[in-house]
Formats: sequence, structure tokens, C-alpha cells
Amino acid sequence: MTLIVLPFLQKDCKIDFCEVIVLDKLKNKSFKSELPLHLMILPCLFFILVYSYGPMFGAVIAFQKFNPGLGFIKSQWVGWRNFEYIINTPGFLQILWNTIYIAFLKIVWGMVIPIVVALMLNETANKLLKRGIQTSLYLPYFLSWVILAGIIIDIFALKGSVNNIIGIFGVKPIFFLGDNRWFRTVLVLTETWKNFGFGTIIYMAAITSISPNLYEAAIVDGAGRWRQTWHITLPGMRTIIILLATLSLGSVLNAGFDQIFNLYSPMVYQTADIIDTFVYRLGIVQAQYGPSTAVGLFKSAVSLILISSSYYMAYKFAEYRIF
Amino acid sequence: MKHYKESIGRKVFLLTNNISLILITVICLLPFLHIIAVSFSSKLAATAGEVGIIPVDFTFEAYGFVMKKSAFIVALGVSLKRVILGTSIYMLLTILTAYPLSKEVSKFRARTIYAWIFVFTMLFSGGLIPTYIIMVYTGLIDTIWALVIPTSAIVWNIILLLNFFRNIPKELEEAAFLDGAGHMAVLFKVFIPVSLPALATILLFIIVYHWNSWFDGLIYMNFPRNYPLQTYLQTVIVGFNPTNVSPDDLKRLQNISAKAVKAAQIFLGTLPILAVYPFLQRYFVTGIVLGSVKG
Repeated sequence: MTLIVLPFLQKDCKIDFCEVIVLDKLKNKSFKSELPLHLMILPCLFFILVYSYGPMFGAVIAFQKFNPGLGFIKSQWVGWRNFEYIINTPGFLQILWNTIYIAFLKIVWGMVIPIVVALMLNETANKLLKRGIQTSLYLPYFLSWVILAGIIIDIFALKGSVNNIIGIFGVKPIFFLGDNRWFRTVLVLTETWKNFGFGTIIYMAAITSISPNLYEAAIVDGAGRWRQTWHITLPGMRTIIILLATLSLGSVLNAGFDQIFNLYSPMVYQTADIIDTFVYRLGIVQAQYGPSTAVGLFKSAVSLILISSSYYMAYKFAEYRIF
Repeated sequence: MKHYKESIGRKVFLLTNNISLILITVICLLPFLHIIAVSFSSKLAATAGEVGIIPVDFTFEAYGFVMKKSAFIVALGVSLKRVILGTSIYMLLTILTAYPLSKEVSKFRARTIYAWIFVFTMLFSGGLIPTYIIMVYTGLIDTIWALVIPTSAIVWNIILLLNFFRNIPKELEEAAFLDGAGHMAVLFKVFIPVSLPALATILLFIIVYHWNSWFDGLIYMNFPRNYPLQTYLQTVIVGFNPTNVSPDDLKRLQNISAKAVKAAQIFLGTLPILAVYPFLQRYFVTGIVLGSVKG
């Protein structure tokens, strides 16, 4: 799971009473004054309509025996047949399970590790050390999965660094990227490695926003560092933790296409084939446009429900609003 | 944090804590050090797996080979093109879109409708194949526009910018209107200069995004000469896409890079990110932090 950039929260806008009255009188003139605003939105709106809404209507392919030559309009309509074909594909349930399981593991570890590291960093008094560590930790976040896959393939290879190291302890070489017993672990481990630095920064910010008075009061009451952490620091982070956990609910079907695509191979399809890689192979490689779109549509529909619910819950529990 | 008398137990804890943190950091950085070391090692040493985190038989030969590889240079050109083109279009469109959306409904009645039109695309998407088909029908396949147009509207950052615009004091805007400025003038002469931190954030975001983007190049380009750098790297480092291999490619792939050359390509693929990294720190982090802590 990639940590999302959380936009600025919006404060409730207040409209002056005078403004309202004055504006009422200007109603006739208001469209003229609004015209530039409409024009400014136009270009972006145009692209969104063609390249975001266009595909939404194009999802009708899921119900067709699609022929690119004939297009959406003329291709033969087959109703739910594509969906039946998918559901009856052996291994589809496995793919669903892989997706949810891997995503879940990534979400959990993607929260636990940054929280722990943030707490550890919080104990460090040395500012230079803190900055230095933070800077180093979140470098992998900005690199592409192609780059990271290149590195990972190298160090997890049969004769790579990891096997060299475990060889020192007498363990036989493991083909990590081809072994169904290890592949998911590598996936979760490397994804966490890529993202945890970034998460650490968010949690550190939450920690620094806790009022020092609380700590001082606790010290006066005789609380040691552990109790302070348990009773002040963690509760102080509770809102942001709940917020991030809630928002990540929406991405439980995104197990990380970029990463898995660049690291997987037919040997590990059994444990690592996810919805997105399946859609890719069906559609782009095998040109089975109808079934591929059907799976994609299914995923989009479920994601719509999940994401909307997660935003709604985030709004209810943490007053989080998008705009 | 208040200073208080530290017990021996506390001192030990702090020491272990700091050592663990440093250990974690070093382990996190080791893979990069290893690859950099491999890239500066001789081909023989690299293939034999002798390299740890220090180059063996230090040499620039891998980099020399890469620089002469025309496919790499061509792909680099494509990437530079897309970064410049994509960033310009994106910044312009994002600014132009965030401004009207930041207006209150009283001043811009259609605002909420437009906002929902944009936000809905964050909730639902047509999927991979329909998007691909639309690209085919609009004739963007094998053109630079396929890499640049779809990302011209990233709603998340439009929202980030519009929220930032909202927080600009109304007085500034009203003063400009009273002076007779139109919307465009207000946007470019008042809002932009004040919004530099937010603009820097989204600028860096899109630069990193375009540089790192590889999948769109893979599916929208039929010829390797149109590949951006990361797509090209994907084909040589990770594995080749069976649907895209032409006879020329096969010949090229037969000269598949030795480990050192691959490592050099990996490192070169990260250079721009490393170059802007100090700036990323300042702006990304502030942007994220400001956005997330308010809950």
C-alpha cells in the first residue's frame, strides 16, 4: 500500500451576511463574472471526460464479445457470459484471496513498523541523528518499482547477498522469488521497506503535536517513560492511526501491481497472482478484452463501495473531509 | 521534552534505541550501496558475485557501456521529453482547475457539481482495458501524448492546491478585484506567488511521477524507441514483455547486460530523484504533515 498524500483539511467556510445580500443583487451579472471560471476548468474537464469517464462507459466491454475493429457500439452483446467465464476459471478464488491477503498484510505491517520506528525516533534527543535517519529511511519511497525490483532480484538471487549471508549460518540457498513459501514474505518485506520511512514521518508529526504539558503532568505524577508512551503518546496518535487505517480500507483490493508485476513469475502465480496482474495478462497479453474488463469492472465496483465507505467512516470518526 | 535525571536503565535503553535505529537505517541503505558497488566493479567480479558494498576492481566500464547504448540514450530522451511536457501541462491545468474549485458556491454556483465530477474519478475507474481502448481510439498510441495526457488531471493534487487556495486571506483577493483585476490576473498575480510551497509540492510530485512511470510506456508504446527510460529499464532489468519483442530487440537482448551494466543502469535511473531529494524533503514532508495532522 502506498501511503497517500493527505490533502489539507478544509475548515468550514463562513459567509458574511453582508456578502449574501450583496451577491443576491448581483445575480444577473453573476454568470458573466463566472464565465472565466468555467473556461478555466474547461481544459481539465475535457481531459477528465475523455480519459476518465470515457473508460467508464467503455467498461461496457465487460458485457460484450469485444472486437476492437467493431468498437463499443457494434461488438456483440453477451450479457453476463464474461463474468460466468471468469467465475468458472479455476484459480479465480485463489486470485481473490491472494489480493486481499497480501493487501491486508501490507496494510498491517505498513502501519506497525512506522509507528514503532516513530516511537523509537521520538526517544532520540539528538536532532542531527533524527534528521539523518529520517532522510535515509524514506529514500526508497521515491524510487520506482522497476529500480527496486532490479535491486531485489539481485540481492535475493540464488547467489545473491541474502543467500550469501544466510549461508554463513549454514542455511541452504533459497530461491526466494520462485518459492511459493517465501514470495509473499519478500513482497510484504520489500514493500514495507519501501514505504515505512514515509509513514514514520507522518506518525512523528502526530507525536510532536502532542502537548508537552501532558508529559510534564505525567512526570509529576511519577510516570516513567514506558507509562508515558503507553498513556500519552499512543493515545495522542490514536486519531491519525484510525484515520490512516480507515482510509487504507479502500485499497484492500490493491495489493501492489507495480511491485508484483516486476517480481513475479509463473512459478509464484499460486500465491502472488492478484486481480490486477490477472487483468493485465487476460487483457493485454491474451487479448481477452471482455473477460479482462469484466474482472476490472468487478474490482472497480467493489472498490467504489470500499473507498466510499472508508471516506464516510473517516468523516464520521476523524472529521476528515476531502474538499 | 523536559530534562530529568536519567537512571542507568534509561541510559542503557537510549543507547540500545539509538543503536537499533542506526542499524535499521544501515540495513535499509545496504541494498543501494550494494548496487552502486556492483556498478563500479569489473564485469568479472560482478558476475561472479564477489561484490559486497565496496566495488571490486573499481572501474567505469559499465557506465561507459551504458552511455554508448543507443537504446538507453533514446529512452532517456523520451523520459526527458515527457517530464518537461508532462510537468508543464500538468502544472498549468492543475492551477487553472484548482482556482475556480476553490471559490465558494456563492461566487461560483457550479462549483460543487464540478468538484463531484472530479472527485468521482477518484472513487471509480473504467479499468485497464477500457482506458487502453480509449487511447487507441483517440490515436495516442505510440505518441508522447499517451504518456502526458492521462496524468494531466490528478485530482488529488487539485484538491491539495484548492484547499491551499482556500486558506489564502480573502482580503488579498478582494483588494485585487477592487483594483479591477479579472480572475486570471488574480490567479497569476496574487494566488500563485503566495502558494509557492504548495506549488513546489505538486511540482516535485509530478516530476517524480513522470520520471518513475513505466507501465504506461509499456502498454501504450508498440516500439522500444518510444519507451521512456523506466520502461526500457523494465525490459532489460526485470524481464521482457513477450508481446513487445521485435527481432531487433531479440538481438539486443542477446547482448543482455552483465550484472555490472544492469547495476549501472539502475543507478542512472535513480539519479534525478537523488538530485531533487533535498527539495523533496522540504516540500513533500511539509505538505504531507500539514495535511495529515489536522484530524
